[in-house]
Amino acid sequence: MHMNFSADELAFEQKVAAFVSENLPADIKDKVDRGIELTREEVRRWMEILGQKGWAATNWDKKDGGPGFTIAEKFLAEDAIFMNGAPKMVHFGTRMVGPVLLAFGTDAQKAKYVPKILTSEEVWCQGYSEPQAGSDLAQLQCSAELDGDEYVVNGTKIWTTSAHCADRMFALVRTSKEARKQEGITCLLIDLKAPGVEIRPIITLDGKHVFNQEFFDNVRVPVSDRIGEEGDGWKIAKFLLGHERSNATYVSMNKRNLRKLKEIMADQRADGERLADDPGFVRKLADLEQDMLATTTMAMRQLAAASADKPVGAEASIMKLRVMDAYKQCHELMMEAGAYYAQPFERGHIRGEANTEWVGPDYLYRMSPDYFESRAMSIAGGSHEIQKDILAKRALGL
Amino acid sequence: MDFELSEDQVLLQESVTRFVADNYSFEQRRKLVDTDQGYSDKQWSQFAELGWLGMPFAEDVGGYGGTPVETMVVLEEFGKGLVAEPYISTIVLGGGALVHGGTAAQQQELIPQVAEGNLKLALGFAERQSRYNLADVQTKAEKSGVDYVLSGMKSVVFGAPTANKFIVSARTGGAARDEGGISLFLVDADASGVSVRGYPTVDGMRAGEVTLDGVKVGADALMGAEGEGFGALETTIDYAIAATAAEAVGAMSALNDMTLEYIKTREQFGQPIGKFQVLQHRMVDMFIAHEEAKSMAMMAAMRIDDEDPNERRKAASATKVQIAKSARFVGQQAIQLHGGIGMTDEYAAGHYFKRLTMIDRSYGDGDYHLARFGAVS
Repeated sequence: MHMNFSADELAFEQKVAAFVSENLPADIKDKVDRGIELTREEVRRWMEILGQKGWAATNWDKKDGGPGFTIAEKFLAEDAIFMNGAPKMVHFGTRMVGPVLLAFGTDAQKAKYVPKILTSEEVWCQGYSEPQAGSDLAQLQCSAELDGDEYVVNGTKIWTTSAHCADRMFALVRTSKEARKQEGITCLLIDLKAPGVEIRPIITLDGKHVFNQEFFDNVRVPVSDRIGEEGDGWKIAKFLLGHERSNATYVSMNKRNLRKLKEIMADQRADGERLADDPGFVRKLADLEQDMLATTTMAMRQLAAASADKPVGAEASIMKLRVMDAYKQCHELMMEAGAYYAQPFERGHIRGEANTEWVGPDYLYRMSPDYFESRAMSIAGGSHEIQKDILAKRALGL
Repeated sequence: MDFELSEDQVLLQESVTRFVADNYSFEQRRKLVDTDQGYSDKQWSQFAELGWLGMPFAEDVGGYGGTPVETMVVLEEFGKGLVAEPYISTIVLGGGALVHGGTAAQQQELIPQVAEGNLKLALGFAERQSRYNLADVQTKAEKSGVDYVLSGMKSVVFGAPTANKFIVSARTGGAARDEGGISLFLVDADASGVSVRGYPTVDGMRAGEVTLDGVKVGADALMGAEGEGFGALETTIDYAIAATAAEAVGAMSALNDMTLEYIKTREQFGQPIGKFQVLQHRMVDMFIAHEEAKSMAMMAAMRIDDEDPNERRKAASATKVQIAKSARFVGQQAIQLHGGIGMTDEYAAGHYFKRLTMIDRSYGDGDYHLARFGAVS
């Protein structure tokens, strides 16, 4: 048993890092550095660069068209991509829709969608929540009625991350009100350019546009875009829960944020000393860094298990809880480090539309907005309370 | 011992409550803070008419002789509506510095103008390197004949964009971070060499960077004795801590009400989410956090004018630590219990959370005041 990387693996990490350094467009890197919201075009441009290289789906096997990385390589690739300043990807395609298609899709569906997921030519989002169906997802009402060889979809989806950057939605819809509520749910692939689809932005309290609400007004979806049978939606959603590996991405995000926090601490002053020399702050940093080491090790264990085709199961919930707590804590410390300069806020700066100079140290202007944004991490994708319910039930049998 | 408000204080509370109910619905506030100025001149005049602007000042300088308890009453109600007028910057900070550091002549000249609503003040006490240390002053005031020449920059000055006069801390002697050698000066906003870069803050209020580039002021601009301004500054900030503690208590109370209502009505899994024990206990902890904060804000209001500076420091720092703990917990958990809707800009909860977070980033955070409390206890 060991968790060291071999010389070959470290060389591989260097190779990925070099690729990112050479190919990440300077304008995108600059925006990521400064925490400015990326446009749809910018998000997609970087995804396509990785896609062309064959690295959009770092977790995919060769037989499925992925790069076929080893466990260590999967971990290192993800890490090297983030640590070299790449933006967060809209990875519902590679992390969710792709694996579902491989497990449940028809050959025709695989042929139609998988290649474009691998190249990021098509970007996906996930339509789960509805206004009345948040934690209680099975309560969802968005309906799909069969009309010949098409479904007619009516209703709404909400909190959809990056729908405005996406081409297609992987959606859970209700095809039957008769059965037990979990049994009437079906999985549809919806073309967001289809007539009757409207996407409205939801601006969050940090001033950014990440979430959306979609309205479906008699949107026609061919039956050939249904995954599995009618009523299989819940089963598929549960399959995804067990295969949810996207939280591991946040291990690398956390590492990058920690680096940023240390830079801030080295520059900020407290009583003439560096904040990095302030015993109280150093203790908080150490506490966070220790947490991050624990989540990193946990992530590697889960990656190893997943790669050996052992179901991840309830452990995915542990990962989400702890990695998101660390993410939130890191942003809280960055904001605290800013002291008075955590206060100025001009929305134009966050959106990259400002025509004024920022007033404080450059690295501080996004610290408060990022802190507020980070609060969503224990809400989105299954709240902390729901994750603990899952653990109580599935890991502890309570 | 008496924790009840007097009859007059109850009347004051009712009048502020009415004002907030009439003028500070969430939609009204959103519109107001989105304007360029960020607050209403009309409402400011109304404050003057209602006597709120002169309230904490002594009667012999044109005030109404109110105590810190009256300030607490006003700010707690302001906190419930997230009132955006520059009350803290003009009355609590600027007015406080005049009271604790100004000469009799300065008080007699300026306080009546403040009370009438014709003069807005802002206090510049933070600098880029200072963090929360009030003695970390690099702005210089050099003697030039009978005048002083001020040079330096004051950071994140609350209320700066619309202030008519600034009160700034500047070094007339002593080494970096010495308490001795700090003087307070009155500076006209339109004096030559003063420039203000204004901006909104996270909580929808306004602040600015005030640059002093060789600003010449007369000897009558010096507040109190040269080099001895630190005590007045520290006292003023301690009073501001007591006042914002009350504002935070009001904001927490509104946020708790909103959250309680939400968990009683939001249904998931076939019942209101407030039926789930894990959320009940969380909500109870938020309720306790508010009660503790309220107790400490009351304590601060009663003790902040203690003649013993150490008792004042203890009261202010202990209160600020409590506010830091309670406001953080209530703010974060209110968002968590609301879920997605709590994260949106168009829902009120997030705006309370932002104001509470920024109160924590003002006058020293919880860690800063825990250390100070330890040092003076």
